[in-house]
Amino acid sequence: MIANSALERTAFELMTKAAIEIPDDYLAGLRRCADTEKGDLSSFVIQAMLENYEAAKEDRRAMCGDTGLPRWYVKIGNEARIEGGPVALETALRRATATATHEVPLRPNRVHPLWRTDHNNNVGINAPEIEYAFHPDADWIDLTTVHKGGLFGSDYRMLFPGDGIEGIRRFYLDTLIGFGKRGLACQPAIVGVGLGGSKDTSVVLGKQASCLRVVGSRNPDPKIAALEDELKEIGNSIGMGAMGFMGSSMVVDCHIEVGYCHTGGMPMSVHMFCLSSRRSTARLYPDGRVEFRTDPEWFTDYSRRSTVEWAQPMAEAAE
Amino acid sequence: MAMAGSGLKTVHLNLPASTADLRKLEIGSVAYLTGRVFTAREGVYKHAIEDGAGMPASRETLGLANFHCSPAASINADGSHTVGAVTATASFRFARWLDGWLKLSGCNIIIGKGGMTSDIYRNAFVPNNAVYLTTVGYGTGALLGRGIKRVSGVYWAKELGLAQAAWVLEVENFGPFLVESDLDGKSLFERENEKIAPGLAKLYEGTRPATLRRYGETDNKTDEVI
Repeated sequence: MIANSALERTAFELMTKAAIEIPDDYLAGLRRCADTEKGDLSSFVIQAMLENYEAAKEDRRAMCGDTGLPRWYVKIGNEARIEGGPVALETALRRATATATHEVPLRPNRVHPLWRTDHNNNVGINAPEIEYAFHPDADWIDLTTVHKGGLFGSDYRMLFPGDGIEGIRRFYLDTLIGFGKRGLACQPAIVGVGLGGSKDTSVVLGKQASCLRVVGSRNPDPKIAALEDELKEIGNSIGMGAMGFMGSSMVVDCHIEVGYCHTGGMPMSVHMFCLSSRRSTARLYPDGRVEFRTDPEWFTDYSRRSTVEWAQPMAEAAE
Repeated sequence: MAMAGSGLKTVHLNLPASTADLRKLEIGSVAYLTGRVFTAREGVYKHAIEDGAGMPASRETLGLANFHCSPAASINADGSHTVGAVTATASFRFARWLDGWLKLSGCNIIIGKGGMTSDIYRNAFVPNNAVYLTTVGYGTGALLGRGIKRVSGVYWAKELGLAQAAWVLEVENFGPFLVESDLDGKSLFERENEKIAPGLAKLYEGTRPATLRRYGETDNKTDEVI
């Protein structure tokens, strides 16, 4: 049994870590951008951000004043048992979100869309979002929080099979350039692309691809992995760097996730996880152990449903 | 506290800044501020201008440097404040209030994210001798948080909530910022856009416009989304 008190305590700690500590994989990727950046203004910006991460860690204060929209991804082992059940888990996550907002402090960003009511705790109607996944043969729970900014750098479009790879490139560039000017997307970013599914699935997959996969990871389908490399490279060939200044630092990495879609369509979404790519994960075991990490390990063969009640292996499914 | 080896011109300003002080700022210069800054964004603008509430406090109390920001901050039970990180929010959304706001507030420095169009600078900023400084990154929230020495007041917290309230901040070596628009109304971002534009046509080779168009869509890559 996984104790409710451990869930709430761990969730609070995750909120704090996500807000303050830049994940190592993103940091290493940004340093690689800094090494090759030739633009003086773009270089200055990246250097300032590198100093900012240090200041955040030293002072234990949030790295960015816009602490985004805190949300939760929960992966539950098939054999895991939660004290109080899933309702108690959701209560713990909501409490931790509210407490951390006051204690860290985070910016109380969450308001009613029409009345702009703000309870100063990042909790409200349908907020924070909690998404679930499951894992076979496991008795643990993974909690991941992501604090992504909510305004710019994401877009969705219904493309069609005839649009092809050329259409994918076009929409990708349009999104990066449109939101890259003036640095609205807070690049260099981890760009996530969702392809396929229905409209909502495409958007969810793209967001998860940007926020829940680490820099350097590749899609298991080698042809999609090659497209990830290609899109990363063309993003860095725009001539645009940090804040939209001349340079080459646009994409720290590009991740693509796919889902089977309607035979007539090819929905696509693009998401940019920013210079404050905030994510933090912990695994809670029934014996009370808690292990913190920065790789959410969200995407697996199981989560992609590549092996469930389906005889075809991934490679054939991709054909 | 200049960034090592940046080679960019750096200016330290004491607030409130005179017009003569602001003349030292060129687009692309790095700026640090010492003195008094206050936060105000759409909530304050709408309440002050459209609801006719006027300014939340006097010019002396608020200062003349307006930061488009909501701090990651909380008000404690004893009335004291905890300020963590501060970062600007995108300013273009507030452009329509700016002319009225600059006249009402007397502000001559607007600090924000991403700037506005040079039309707004020419029509609203230049006549009011105001400049625009952009935050860096974005998201040097921790560095900016370090520059805040004290909160000297919070206005309209009850009416607007903590995020939209006017926070008055006493700051020291607060920065870095980049000068986006100077007293002549030039824009650093627009200058950079112009440098990037010539390479875009080649970049788009091997792409195809979407089959399904959108109302109001442009395919001119020199346009901006703001």
